[in-house]
Amino acid sequence: MIRDITLGQYFPGDSVIHRLDPRVKIIATLMFIIELFIVDNFIGFAIAAICLGLVIAVSKVPLSFILRGLKPILIILMFTFALNIFMVDGRILWQWGFLKITAEGLRLAVFMAIRLVLLLMGSSMLTLCTRPLSLTDGIERLLAPLKKIGVPAHEIAMMMTIALRFIPTLLEETDKIMKAQQARGADFETGNLIQKAKALIPILVPLFVSAFRIAQDLAMAMEARCYRGGDNRTRMHEMKLKGRDYVAVLLLIVFLAVIIIETRLF
Amino acid sequence: MDNIISIQNLTFEYLRDEDQMNIKAIDNVSLEIERGSFTAVIGKNGSGKSTLAKNLNGLLIPTEGVIYVDGFDTRDDNHIWDVRQTAGMVFQNPDNQLVSAIVEDDVAFGPENLGIEPDEIRRRVDKALEDVNMGQFRKKAPHLLSGGQKQRIAIAGVVAMKPKCIIFDEPTAMLDPKGRSEIMSIIDELHEEGITVILITHFMEEAVRAQRVIIMNEGHVLMDGTPQEVYANEEVLKAANLEMPLMFEVGAKLRQQGIDVPSHIITEEEMVEFICQYK
Repeated sequence: MIRDITLGQYFPGDSVIHRLDPRVKIIATLMFIIELFIVDNFIGFAIAAICLGLVIAVSKVPLSFILRGLKPILIILMFTFALNIFMVDGRILWQWGFLKITAEGLRLAVFMAIRLVLLLMGSSMLTLCTRPLSLTDGIERLLAPLKKIGVPAHEIAMMMTIALRFIPTLLEETDKIMKAQQARGADFETGNLIQKAKALIPILVPLFVSAFRIAQDLAMAMEARCYRGGDNRTRMHEMKLKGRDYVAVLLLIVFLAVIIIETRLF
Repeated sequence: MDNIISIQNLTFEYLRDEDQMNIKAIDNVSLEIERGSFTAVIGKNGSGKSTLAKNLNGLLIPTEGVIYVDGFDTRDDNHIWDVRQTAGMVFQNPDNQLVSAIVEDDVAFGPENLGIEPDEIRRRVDKALEDVNMGQFRKKAPHLLSGGQKQRIAIAGVVAMKPKCIIFDEPTAMLDPKGRSEIMSIIDELHEEGITVILITHFMEEAVRAQRVIIMNEGHVLMDGTPQEVYANEEVLKAANLEMPLMFEVGAKLRQQGIDVPSHIITEEEMVEFICQYK
């Protein structure tokens, strides 16, 4: 069961969105997020929502899959909604004791909720439609210009790549250690939270030891294969912007322009 | 004679933490490895065979003595990458030597480090994966493969760097019998293609395939010769705590029974052939 684990939340597919250059997708996502903070009225949100809807439709990722990703933030969403609706002063619509709902509060609460939902759906589209490895590659290329001011772009990307590679290995290792300890009578299931947490310590210690051993082996193997950091390193997969990437950038600019004009007008 | 590796009076010491003592893992060893040859180094745990392997491509630097790999001194920092490209290395644990979560990206890791052009990397990766019969797994994640398959990917990763020599440091120690025989036949193929092979192992049956067997014990070379010569010397094998290869023992027993088994027979296939043709 531990072998079937999926990394990140990549939704395999072959749509145009999936095949876009990761750099374009990362920038588009950042732009979309910035956009959501520029927008100050509901028409702007409607435009953003329609655009996001189009992207989702083209990507063929089922909507239910995306909405499932919103579940973990439901509590945060309700919390901000409640704060906004009760805390903002203005024209009182309803009052009970110290609790009051104002027209401005209601508007702001709905506004923030839409913003948060769009923000999460938009950014999850990036991870749903991009393989984790292309994502790290994209981040490396985008950060490359920052190397001059000392940002270790290559190292960051290499660490993410290795992490992706070794998550399943470490999970297997954990599984092995747990089974070995269960075979000798360890109990991980019963007891309260503190007892359960305590039971994990005997797993964590050998797991750390083995993680360090793996790191040592891997470092030696990488050195033997002439790894010497990011300088003078070439890549098998070159990232070249294709026709569809230019179209995507163009559409992004149009979208940007529309939103900016819209916020000025209304 | 054209030697690809020349070891001159190699001594390697490391510091053992518990008692702050210098331990001599290798004590004044001199060896020449001929270009294109297949050499097996055997010895029990702690005999210094693994340390020797790591000295051959500059992962460890000799305490005393010199090692030349294709003319490059392993102590010379300017040529360390030439040394490592010339003498590739495959390690014991197949899990801990793969870098990427996609098979073909992992094979490309070495050539990428060498700064080779993307088109050429593509060609090398495809060729290397075909060489180890893993072409159909190119897009798979390593953790979904068996130990033997992972080890084949590790070999492809080294082959893609086009080394002249490959050092295998107990490549089959963690594999099942099937994976073990797969890896051994790939090693044979690589040797036939002209790559110098140095196989570090503690399996006698694997060492039998080599042209030359070096037995190491406590940092010394105990014996050095063809498999026939080495295995004929029972005293030395006992001293090194090694067992004779099974077929060799079978041959000795048959000889005691008055059947004239030629002494060059040491592998299973040879023995089967001999018995089938025996009149």
